[in-house]
Amino acid sequence: MGNPALLRCQLALTLLAIAPFALGGACLRGRAGGARDIILRDLNAFPAPQHRLPPDASDARLFGGLDLAATLSSGTIAHSTGALANARTLILPMAERITPGLAGRLSGALDGGTFCVLALDEGVDDEALHPALADRLAFSLDLDEIRATAAQTLSLDSDSVADARTMFSRVTVQPDQILELATLTLSLGISSLRAPHFALTCARAHAAFFGRDHVTQDDMIAAVELTLAHRATQLPETDPPPPPPPDDEDETPPDETPESEDLDLPDDLLLEAVKAALPAGLLERLATGAARSAIGSGSGARTKSNRRGRPLPARPGRPDQGKRIDVISTLRAAAPWQKLRNKGDGPVRVWPSDIHIKHYEQTSDRLLIFTVDASGSAAIARLAEAKGAIELLLSEAYARRDHVALIAFRGTEADVLLPPTRSLVQTKRRLAALPGGGGTPLAHGLEAALTLSLTARGRGLTPTLVLLTDGRANIDRQGKVDRPQAATDAQTIARAIRGQGIDALVIDTGNRPEPALSSLSQTLNATYLPLPRADARRLSAAVSDALDQ
Amino acid sequence: MTDPFPFSAIVGQDEMKLAMTLTAVDPSIGGVLVFGDRGTGKSTAVRALPALLPQLTAVTGCPVNSERVTDVPDWAKGAGKTTHRIGTPVVDLPLGASEDRVTGALDIEAALTRGEKAFQPGLLARANRGYLYIDEVNLLEDHIVDLLLDVAQSGENVVERDGLSIRHPARFVLVGSGNPEEGELRPQLLDRFGLSVEVASPKTVDDRVEVMKRRHAYESDHAAFMLRWQAEDAAIRERIVTAREALKKLKATDAVLQDIAELCLKLGADGLRGELTLLKAARAYAAYRNDTAIGRTHIRETATLALRHRLRRDPLDEAGSGARVARVLSDTLA
Repeated sequence: MGNPALLRCQLALTLLAIAPFALGGACLRGRAGGARDIILRDLNAFPAPQHRLPPDASDARLFGGLDLAATLSSGTIAHSTGALANARTLILPMAERITPGLAGRLSGALDGGTFCVLALDEGVDDEALHPALADRLAFSLDLDEIRATAAQTLSLDSDSVADARTMFSRVTVQPDQILELATLTLSLGISSLRAPHFALTCARAHAAFFGRDHVTQDDMIAAVELTLAHRATQLPETDPPPPPPPDDEDETPPDETPESEDLDLPDDLLLEAVKAALPAGLLERLATGAARSAIGSGSGARTKSNRRGRPLPARPGRPDQGKRIDVISTLRAAAPWQKLRNKGDGPVRVWPSDIHIKHYEQTSDRLLIFTVDASGSAAIARLAEAKGAIELLLSEAYARRDHVALIAFRGTEADVLLPPTRSLVQTKRRLAALPGGGGTPLAHGLEAALTLSLTARGRGLTPTLVLLTDGRANIDRQGKVDRPQAATDAQTIARAIRGQGIDALVIDTGNRPEPALSSLSQTLNATYLPLPRADARRLSAAVSDALDQ
Repeated sequence: MTDPFPFSAIVGQDEMKLAMTLTAVDPSIGGVLVFGDRGTGKSTAVRALPALLPQLTAVTGCPVNSERVTDVPDWAKGAGKTTHRIGTPVVDLPLGASEDRVTGALDIEAALTRGEKAFQPGLLARANRGYLYIDEVNLLEDHIVDLLLDVAQSGENVVERDGLSIRHPARFVLVGSGNPEEGELRPQLLDRFGLSVEVASPKTVDDRVEVMKRRHAYESDHAAFMLRWQAEDAAIRERIVTAREALKKLKATDAVLQDIAELCLKLGADGLRGELTLLKAARAYAAYRNDTAIGRTHIRETATLALRHRLRRDPLDEAGSGARVARVLSDTLA
């Protein structure tokens, strides 16, 4: 014992066992084996029956449905009961692979409060449990910090859990404790209202475990450590905390001060508890304000495909356009009908309506949006190189699975010269005539790129922006010649692009590196590459390298 | 904990509650889309609807909840000759639902055991005259979205498959919820929702404290809590029933129509559905408030709900389209 992660884990699981349905469950993050297996070996403290659910579980398995095997063998209809109907503890291995659909249905079922979930998240890096489901589980435990030998000591005492369960419903809370939790979650930037409620329930379970009928400060500290630390998206300023709203400030100022300190003190203790329990590395990310990635699930970057990717359940369809038939599902659909279709014996008869098509989920194709400065005298050469680079990139597109598009901006407007495509022939034809000359409406170009990116994203592509310019914006969004305003406009749109989380690459084609452009690429959070007099081959190589990083 | 959390006990989220109430007053408004963060009471509000909504008269055993015996479709077996009172159906459409389950399909049981070609009604039949709820609607698969678009538009579900040729009424209020960070909704489907609401979790300590207190009371002192709030729900229900009657008497004057048209024109809302929905929403709101005529107040209170999701998207507009509607609103109806 003595390992804080181990103690945390032990405590969380105990509290979950005390109030399994009110706390929803726990997400156990870590590789298979070791500590995880030891925890799963002894789940007697959790309510029975316990079910283990595969990540590709069908609806029939979950909610019940037609039991095909039994129906066919008996000749009468037989239904199977779903796992959710009677399970009280649901174990989800490979929880990070759960589809949004399944996560949604599980979340809905969890709201009913009839079972609890132990989600075993084996994700690496960005992979994680679906946020809708994660939000409904009180705890998130990192098991990688616990060594298997240490975990041997981990055990849940069923008897004391049972005692605490009877105690749990009698535990009372004070109104100011509710207030503390509300203030704390707000200052930690936790928007979900489930979080403070979990903290409260957890504090009550903690009190019950230690045989108290009311929640104390110790219970609160333990609860916020376990339920709030992993949800924090910001840390309050370390400056002295802002005083409570000065409602009756004028009346008794001397009394006000000590009272507000009294209020702040426990709050600080709770905050310290959360800080101490923050996952490693989160603190730095919070400090730099870069925790945004923790919010989105990134599920928009996945798309359905008929050809490749991770298998999804088959569904009825016609086998055309290179789709592949799922033989097993098709036979399964045909099976119940055989008795009707061939009155006795004969070959298996499959009707067109039985045919099921395979579906796959894959990460989406990338779209490279070349946004090219076509202004001034250097335009012709630069455009020619950009055209060359695009053709080179496209010619290897079959391997890279990239689509490309080209936007040129000059004068007072930006044109989409090449809509997103993978066709080399179309590209060559479209790029044959490319106009040049005029001012540099950088803002227009970026705006067109942003619009195209959003459209492309709607169609399941992942856009990446490649900007080729010398960066001297001189036309503002209104189309007037106004250097400072043009620069400001470009920055504004760059921020919008960054806000959409679109990857970008800025290539400076000027003879000298342009400081304005490097600051623009910082705003875009883009890679900045000064490439004076770049030829098509170097350009395409630079883009490839930057993208592969 | 069998009773869901009561509708009236939801703290704040007035816009969402108003939108749902308006569709209850006039179901032809055409649905509510609720977009927002997790844990803001979206699903709680929907699950509270069955307890809130007035009861319907329906034929016993009718799969599509027909009001009169003459309306029962001929394929419906087992429908009785008498009517009874049922709660307004609120049907969940799970994300992974197959086409068969949504539209209905050949009844396998009847085919297998009796060799009969019978129709097994799906979710759309069950949702007739009630609500169809889709959680995480932005993650719904395209082929199901296509199905819904057609049915939501025509109010009729047509099944032409497995040798069946069946049609039945499917008029329902579509309620969708989702988190915008996980994906956009197709514009076609967006347009089918009459009202659109953006919810955010309460940002004041007082509200959050109240949420926790009520949730705590709901769990620890269930009976007393339900008694207290069921009375509030009943009051809302009364108002909805009264408003439904009042709806027929409310006529829109030319001045109101002018205001609505001008507003939609200035906002550049796509199509004419914005005008029609706004008119219906304003009328329902006037009826709910028991007012005798539709006026500018009613337009003002419902315009954001009805128009927010119909604007062209401006990538640079960080305040959201709700703010744009509010701005044009204050200009037009000054």
